[in-house]
Amino acid sequence: MAANGNLIRPYGSTPGDGQVQVSFTLPIKAGARAREAAKQLAGKMGLSDVQVVHMKDLHGFTYFILYGSVVHAVDLDRIPQVEEEELALSFDQINGLIEQELGRQIVVVGACTGTDAHTVGLDAIMNMKGYGGEYGLERYPMFDTYNLGSQVPNEVLLAKAREVGADAVLVSQVVTERNAHLKNLTELIEMAEAEGLRQDLIIIAGGPRIDQFLATELGFDAGFGPGTTPRQVAAYLAQEMVRRL
Amino acid sequence: MVNELLVLDQKKVDQARDLARAIAQNVQREIELNTTVSIERTAARLYGIDGVDRFGVPLPNVVVDQVLEAGGLDRGISYWLANAVVALGKTPQAVAEACGEGLNLCSLPPQDPEKWAAVEREYVPKALDAIFEQRKKREAAKERLGVGSEPLKYVIVATGNIFADVEQAKTAARHGADVIAVIRTTGQSLLDYVPYGTTTEGVGGTYATQANFKVMRQALDEVSEEVGRYIQLVNYCSGLCMPEIAAMGALERLDMMLNDAMYGILFRDINMDRTFADQYFSRMINAYAGIIINTGEDNYLTTADAYEEAHTVLASNFINEQLGLAAGLENWQLGLGHAFEMDPKLKNGFLYEVAVAQTIRQIFPQAPLKYMPPTKHMTGDIFMGHVQNAMFNLASVITGQSIHLLGMLTEAIHTPHVADRVLSLENARYVMENARDLGSEISFKRDGIIQKRSEEIVDRVVEFLQEIKQLGLQGAISAGYFADIKRPRLGGRGRDGVIKKGLDYSNPFLTELKKRLGLGE
Repeated sequence: MAANGNLIRPYGSTPGDGQVQVSFTLPIKAGARAREAAKQLAGKMGLSDVQVVHMKDLHGFTYFILYGSVVHAVDLDRIPQVEEEELALSFDQINGLIEQELGRQIVVVGACTGTDAHTVGLDAIMNMKGYGGEYGLERYPMFDTYNLGSQVPNEVLLAKAREVGADAVLVSQVVTERNAHLKNLTELIEMAEAEGLRQDLIIIAGGPRIDQFLATELGFDAGFGPGTTPRQVAAYLAQEMVRRL
Repeated sequence: MVNELLVLDQKKVDQARDLARAIAQNVQREIELNTTVSIERTAARLYGIDGVDRFGVPLPNVVVDQVLEAGGLDRGISYWLANAVVALGKTPQAVAEACGEGLNLCSLPPQDPEKWAAVEREYVPKALDAIFEQRKKREAAKERLGVGSEPLKYVIVATGNIFADVEQAKTAARHGADVIAVIRTTGQSLLDYVPYGTTTEGVGGTYATQANFKVMRQALDEVSEEVGRYIQLVNYCSGLCMPEIAAMGALERLDMMLNDAMYGILFRDINMDRTFADQYFSRMINAYAGIIINTGEDNYLTTADAYEEAHTVLASNFINEQLGLAAGLENWQLGLGHAFEMDPKLKNGFLYEVAVAQTIRQIFPQAPLKYMPPTKHMTGDIFMGHVQNAMFNLASVITGQSIHLLGMLTEAIHTPHVADRVLSLENARYVMENARDLGSEISFKRDGIIQKRSEEIVDRVVEFLQEIKQLGLQGAISAGYFADIKRPRLGGRGRDGVIKKGLDYSNPFLTELKKRLGLGE
């Protein structure tokens, strides 16, 4: 079925074929019954022409890989545009923009908040070394950065932001469970508002489960997901600071 | 049997080892000056003190905090407990329970020194004998059932619920896992107490408690019989309660412990005097318990670049080796760590990775090296991740690594699903069996990329260790020599739990361990 108007569905090898791959584990042993259970489940997930291409017994559990054609489509016209692509500025252009328009350094405080001990993402963005072949914010002459590291309580982060007169706060949430990160992120925004800091700060979140939609929904100015490079964050901060002038 | 694929300059290796020994000796002198609240709580635990008071505070904390507040901890908790045992005619456990009800150890009258010394002579060997019993039990089980073939396949369970962990661990063992690590709940490393009892609520992991250790060891004993090989259990002897966890693990027959001399300082911002003192006593216990430690150099490469900073990993291996030997660990117990964290986009990255892995293998031929999988460059593209893990598995089998933490295709997404772990085990089995003897079939070109890279790293490690020796290890850490992280000497968590030993300080467990481990004064 071809995509109709602005309706889109997955593209496997022909337009509109709706082909998707799904894998999951069921808590039963492998066999004809398990296979049928997987097929029926896929049907309820909205797949037709389901093929179970792989079934493996995991001692009381069974692992499946399935292909099917998804019967649903989404209407692109009903999804609002969000600004997620910043202008691709280079390292020098970013520093130049800040120097010219702001005439001072942008002060950034970053932390992994709550109980999260994983600083991989934060370090990738903030540390000198950076990530993906691009330098971190520390390396930018026009950024003044404070990396507070892991397991920082929200109140400590905000106190530091106040102390150093931060322009921006970066929060990283990597490993969380049972949506602890949502609670933690929401709390930060509430605290910033309660302390009257919110409007003076650009507050952004990053991590494997963060995206622009989620972040703005939680009251952040922006959200950055997996694969983000420091330059994207730097470009966003520079341009947002300029916009706020 | 280590394949000599690289030509090492033995003189430089010896020089590096001598430098590391000198660095470790300087740290060791400082270690001897201090005790910590966690070392003293460990002594309390070895007296058999366990359980919590009516507010839920663990009794080892109750007794130690009380003596600390009264200013008596520079004498060591052992004296105060032994004195109370004599004064009240109760067991240490009953004394601790009484403390929970308001008894003050420091207000009891001093007893005849001969009498409280006799209490120490009764309880100290009893505790250490119990630890040695567990060691013999493990050795017998390993002998009878055997362990898997190296690289040992090591997987992690982390549901938060010890009983669910048990199910996942058994499934993993049935699919070929040799070693099971129960990841701790997020944040436990910064708790200055060890929670009590079995637990079913954790975030990103499961609380390390003595009761949880017991539950998991028993389950693994059962599955060991079923699969016909001894499945080893790992936990985390790190954070603010390092030596307490060592004691608990020794008593419950854990087989390996993550136990690094510097990890807590760098990655958990724990005070360095605290960590150095704690790691020493914890390693003595691990040494005597026959536990294999795993060091955490892999973590350096999550913050620093794997190509640029490879020599810092090797330097830290040398330092961990020397601090380990100083605590009585033997070479077969030193699971020195490193990691496969080379950027996948780097041309010849695999060759550089093999160069490091093989260099470490040849420099520490008796050590059960711990090789960690890619994490930094795992993107969420699970298919690519599965391929990266296959390359890691290949590097591991070629270079003869010992303890191989399996990479998960869903790294950086979630704690592994049961199927993720099985996919990962199948990947490892396939690659390792298909390339089983590749390492003994090949040699590297004398002037090739791998040999040259190895030489470069050894050269750099010698220079790097020379600089560290100049600065002292504490100074080097303050200056950001490891993992690009700077930690000031007087900063960090847990510093208020470091106590300068008094002239009358004694820790009879430490003294007896020294004797049994053959460590000189």
